[in-house]
Amino acid sequence: MSEQPTIQLPEDKPLELAGRVYQSRLLVGTGKYRDLMETGHAIEASGAEIVTVAVRRTNLGQNPDEPNLLDVISPDTYTILPNTAGCFTAKDAVRTCKLARELLDGHDLVKLEVLGEEKTLYPNMTETLVAAEELIKDGFKVMVYCSDDPLLAKRLEDMGCIAIMPLGAPIGSGLGIQNRYNIRLIVENANVPVLVDAGVGTASDATIAMELGCDGVLMNTAIAQARDPIKMARAMRLGVEAGREAYLAGRMPKKLYASASSPIDGTFF
Amino acid sequence: MQVQVNGDGLELPTEATIADLIEHMALTGKRLAVEVNEDIVPRSQHPDFRLSEGDRVEVVHAIGGG
Repeated sequence: MSEQPTIQLPEDKPLELAGRVYQSRLLVGTGKYRDLMETGHAIEASGAEIVTVAVRRTNLGQNPDEPNLLDVISPDTYTILPNTAGCFTAKDAVRTCKLARELLDGHDLVKLEVLGEEKTLYPNMTETLVAAEELIKDGFKVMVYCSDDPLLAKRLEDMGCIAIMPLGAPIGSGLGIQNRYNIRLIVENANVPVLVDAGVGTASDATIAMELGCDGVLMNTAIAQARDPIKMARAMRLGVEAGREAYLAGRMPKKLYASASSPIDGTFF
Repeated sequence: MQVQVNGDGLELPTEATIADLIEHMALTGKRLAVEVNEDIVPRSQHPDFRLSEGDRVEVVHAIGGG
């Protein structure tokens, strides 16, 4: 058997977060799936290495034999990223992070999100700043969900957040990246990884995020609520990879008018 | 004695520990975290930490989320 020639792809540095290196730039959530089996299969198909979870009260009287999410998404296999979803105040977000750290045996990587209102789930940035400061002081590695304001993004970075995660569109909306210009500005100014968190609806949205130079994309609903979540998980993986490679390759300049691809000389008519 | 567990009132024997509460909830050995009156009680202290009348206890675990 002759050896296949390998195509040389542009060099890329893998994503690094809190001193750990990741090959995948797709981060996925674990909410809204039909069951834990579908969750596990979709996450495997996505190729994600970082997986978000929520922290909630155990139900009194629940079936003790019911499998636990962390039995399926094992912390031995995945980097578990607990979120503060559902928190509307800095205080609740900090409490949630402390519980998560205890839950995960001292693991201090968290996704901070402090929400402002139910309708848009838009981040409350003043509370986010307060919570970020307290968490960083307490030794947490904070990946922060935020608005796509370049100045606030920079401020969060300067405070010590290890990743900036602006929304592309409201959580669960699937509207795609609504303000590419702002995401681009945030990426341009940042010295820490920038990940679009929320708003992705389909694979091309993930590709656009990556083409803008983002270091990664975090999503949940776009996979979990697809007709076939496992197929969509794979599509997202490919979309993220395509976008990253296109970013590294450097796109052609846009022109207003045509430029023939076939030579004009040598025609026989 | 009466304590609040995840927002609901619960009658426990006097001097019950967190480990006793977890056993009562049939959650022994499960991966969870406990907060009493908004302070974390590390897992290593569960067998010795005695609850008091009126304590507000939260027992949480990881579930699906994005």
